[in-house]
Amino acid sequence: MKRYSAFAIAREAFRNHMGWGRAWASPEPRKKYDVIIIGAGGHGLATAYYLGRNFGITNVAVLEKGWLGGGNTGRNTTIIRSNYLQDPSAAIYEKARGLYETLSQDLNYNVMFSPRGVMMLAQTQHEVRGYERTAHANALQGVKTEFIGPDKVKQLVPIINIDGPRYPVLGALWQARGGTARHDAVAWGYARACSNMGMHIIQKCEVTGVRQEAGKVVGVDTTRGAIDCDKLGMVVAGHAGHVAGMAGFRLPVESVALQALVSEPIKPCMDVVVMANTVHGYMSQSDKGEMVIGGGTDGYNNYTQRGGFHHIEETVRALVETFPMIARLKMLRQWGGIVDVTGDRSPIIGPTPLENCFINCGWGTGGFKSIPGSGWGFAELMAKGHSPLTEAFGLNRFYEGRFIDESVAAGVAH
Amino acid sequence: MLILTCPVCGVTGEETEFHGGGEAHLKRFGPGSGDTEFHGYLFTRENPKGVHFERWRHNNGCGKWFHAARCTMTLEIFGTYLAQTYEPPQHIKDAITAKRPGWKWREFS
Repeated sequence: MKRYSAFAIAREAFRNHMGWGRAWASPEPRKKYDVIIIGAGGHGLATAYYLGRNFGITNVAVLEKGWLGGGNTGRNTTIIRSNYLQDPSAAIYEKARGLYETLSQDLNYNVMFSPRGVMMLAQTQHEVRGYERTAHANALQGVKTEFIGPDKVKQLVPIINIDGPRYPVLGALWQARGGTARHDAVAWGYARACSNMGMHIIQKCEVTGVRQEAGKVVGVDTTRGAIDCDKLGMVVAGHAGHVAGMAGFRLPVESVALQALVSEPIKPCMDVVVMANTVHGYMSQSDKGEMVIGGGTDGYNNYTQRGGFHHIEETVRALVETFPMIARLKMLRQWGGIVDVTGDRSPIIGPTPLENCFINCGWGTGGFKSIPGSGWGFAELMAKGHSPLTEAFGLNRFYEGRFIDESVAAGVAH
Repeated sequence: MLILTCPVCGVTGEETEFHGGGEAHLKRFGPGSGDTEFHGYLFTRENPKGVHFERWRHNNGCGKWFHAARCTMTLEIFGTYLAQTYEPPQHIKDAITAKRPGWKWREFS
């Protein structure tokens, strides 16, 4: 693999850019690997990358039924933040946010991390109290956030209508080092780094069964034949329940569709990310100038990667009230992803009833922001059997009643 | 957009007229039950890729709860039926097997 650099660009400019190689290899699967990761999305690839980088485990295959980063990694609104209320959440999301800061240098791949600031609007008194509490909690957790008043909000986002008729802006929780990144580049960057370490990324290879002997995982059946492994990691988001079913256990997870949309590109008008959780919409402007808009999930189980049109209408209607100028925008594209939602809106990262089989799922509507932290913690868990980042997120927390309740903590839009 | 027919009042409407209420036919456990039973009842869900039975409420209509059989892969609705039952009536099961040969009620448990 060639290193990407200014020098490389100059060199290629002199030979008509004929020297760029493929960013990652597409090898035939071997008969056996030390570790198999199911799912080549951001989380799966990050897990593989940190297994190699932090623990020297490079005999790894990442299996993907479709194409690399074609699931939720390519279907989100690319927001990165760590202003969560509960300690375990703040720890893993802040770890992820911190890793994003230097990810382009680590991977030698420009993931276009843009720490432009994330603002969560408080539009009811209840939200003001909630976010003030979160700001205090974040101060104790070492996550830099602050509660700002409406004047500061208007100064940071001139296009906002702070005295809306129904939901005036009373303040906001502001995380100055939150932001966005190029979602595809995160998956591609990790894939390139993994491939460079000799790992196999096998696309168009759907897992059809999990093979076990005496309560231990021994391999998987795939559409490209059986592959053995010592350890198995399931990182398949919306299909977590489906894959867990192959291994013979059920999850406290339901899969629902989450939609997003972008407008036609316009001149730069908003250089922060704004989330309005009361009216339930969030918006940022992409580098191309499109307004990227997301909302809540559809209210029923769904595996179709599309949702109801009326849901888009609700999201946009809510945002038009807060941003009157977007009323005249035409919408360009809409898409949906299948998110795996748990009862407490926190992820599940831990061992499973099947020995040597680990699961990382349940990120629900907030997976993209956590990719590096999730990979870091899950790799440590798979390599060493435990990780301080992930130990609170085990599957057993539902059985034991130790929830990490972000659903009522208002730290999360869902 | 889903089109549902309320089996209580007989009105057919778009999904905005209704509200989804999650998995149907859950076996409820009360005081005196074990941790495993509570865990199953409160948290584990079938979440199938395919035929799903779920509760719906006719919010902007008669206000009654009812059950629907729906495919989570195609969003096709096989039928709706009254909620006062422990398992889907035979005509719903027949409608599903006609379109999904080999499907069996509770094959997952």
